[in-house]
Amino acid sequence: MIKNDSKPTVISIKNLKKSFGSLKVLDGVNLNIKLGENLAVLGKSGSGKSVLIKIISGLLKPDAGTVEVLGLEVDKISTKELRTLRSKIGFSFQNSALYDSMTVRENLAFPLIRNKTDLSKSEIQHAIEEVLNQVGLPQTISQMPSELSGGQRKRIGIARTLILKPEIMLYDEPTAGLDPITSSEINSLIKKVQTQYKTSSIIITHDLTCAKNTADNVAILVNGKFLQSGSFEEVFKSENEIAQSFYEYNFINEK
Amino acid sequence: MNTKTDSDGKKYLFSRSLDTIFLAVNNVFKFIGLFFKEAFTAPFEWKETINQCFNVGFKSLPLVSLTGFIIGIVFTKQSRPSLSTFGASSWLPSLISIAIIRALAPLVTALIAAGKVGSNIGAELGSMKVTEQIDAMEVSATNPFKYLVVTRVIATTFMMPVLVLYSGLVGMLGSFMNIHQNEQTSFSAFIKNAFSTISFLDINSSIFKAVCYGFTIGVAGCYQGYYAENGTQGVGKAANTAVVVAMFLIFIEEMIIVQFVNSIR
Ligand SMILES: Nc1ncnc2c1ncn2[C@@H]1O[C@H](COP(=O)(O)OP(=O)(O)OP(=O)(O)O)[C@@H](O)[C@H]1O
Ligand SMILES: [Mg+2]
Repeated sequence: MIKNDSKPTVISIKNLKKSFGSLKVLDGVNLNIKLGENLAVLGKSGSGKSVLIKIISGLLKPDAGTVEVLGLEVDKISTKELRTLRSKIGFSFQNSALYDSMTVRENLAFPLIRNKTDLSKSEIQHAIEEVLNQVGLPQTISQMPSELSGGQRKRIGIARTLILKPEIMLYDEPTAGLDPITSSEINSLIKKVQTQYKTSSIIITHDLTCAKNTADNVAILVNGKFLQSGSFEEVFKSENEIAQSFYEYNFINEK
Repeated sequence: MNTKTDSDGKKYLFSRSLDTIFLAVNNVFKFIGLFFKEAFTAPFEWKETINQCFNVGFKSLPLVSLTGFIIGIVFTKQSRPSLSTFGASSWLPSLISIAIIRALAPLVTALIAAGKVGSNIGAELGSMKVTEQIDAMEVSATNPFKYLVVTRVIATTFMMPVLVLYSGLVGMLGSFMNIHQNEQTSFSAFIKNAFSTISFLDINSSIFKAVCYGFTIGVAGCYQGYYAENGTQGVGKAANTAVVVAMFLIFIEEMIIVQFVNSIR
């Protein structure tokens, strides 16, 4: 994992703060992601990981600090600029958030039809088949989301964000609740997306195997701040207690 | 204005509950303002609007037909004895048409639609909200307000007059069948008698009422659903509140519009 500092920064966050009422969730987060870099964000449940990427995609407004994505400050730009920016950001939700009333095909076609009005029917069909093959679920094309298993929903959710070939991917726990084999398929998919499309990603996860296999850098979110960041080895070879407890919890059985 | 502070240390102007009501009213008006802003700016969601019109209009037809028809028959049966005492049963068609076109068709159809369509919209948008589907639309660079709210409110607003007129016709048909059976009145005589007392104002005011009720049902359902909170529980609450609020407002609007129409009659 070679660090290339000459690459441009795609996401830059400075001193980001966010509270809900009296609950301080993010309290001075700093973050830089370079073009083509994958960053895994680890942290306990409720530590504000989802909130962080919701702020990056403009779904939530920060209380303080600056959030720059592809050179634009997400909370300062107009709604129209924000929509254009969002078409370059893929957001895979923690609970998939598939559209219940639509089939898998319609779910996948939705972002395409909305953002690229010049596509023909066969081009759309082709794009749908391509992403379905990528996530390994071509047989589900005519099914409704309610007929899919949790893991399948998750993969369709990822497919729906990949279909626009985004420049930035935000994965919210892509492997949570999946069996090890499917997890490792998802991991290689994330890696493939990175190398094929030069996508920069933030991968939120509790799963260290996922972090290790998909990310160039790892950061641990504790008490609203990044406690540790660096390459996987740097973070987990350190003496830091929290990093160690994460590590042991995940890998103790392998030793 | 001076604000007061309650025991929890929260600020309020009059009293907590009164403030909440004012806030809610303020938010609803903002919501309506946003609706008009988004409804009149391009791009328009034609396809989805037509889709919703089909959902609201066509899918309500069976229920509206049934209730309209039954109301026509029942109201005719119930009115016959009192008119007969005055030997005026030949005026039955006029009485029925006034009752149905002026009052029953708009009100009953609106209440049925509030129950069927309003709860449907509240629950659908509510579950989309709590399962982050609305957020997902937002991040896939779609305007969810335009796609979900504007289309539905337009659909209810335009479909309600259609449903009301339709239900009025079905009601009259039910009434005619009953009158034909009992008084052997011919169809043309029935129509002549029925429409002799109905003016354009009656029909127009019914259409106007229907537009107001449709808008109310759409806004109530969408507002409750779009801002639903607290998981699945919130979805039920959104559907329920949408119906209750819509019905309450429909009665209030009915009262105001009737006052107004009678003053210009
Ligand atoms: N819209 C909101 N309104 C109020 N509080 C919120 C909101 N969103 C998140 N929170 C609070 O912020 C905190 C962090 O939430 P977040 O969803 O980011 O956790 P997370 O790190 O993603 O946890 P998990 O791993 O369980 O998904 C939680 O305590 C949550 O209650
Ligand atoms: Mg989360």
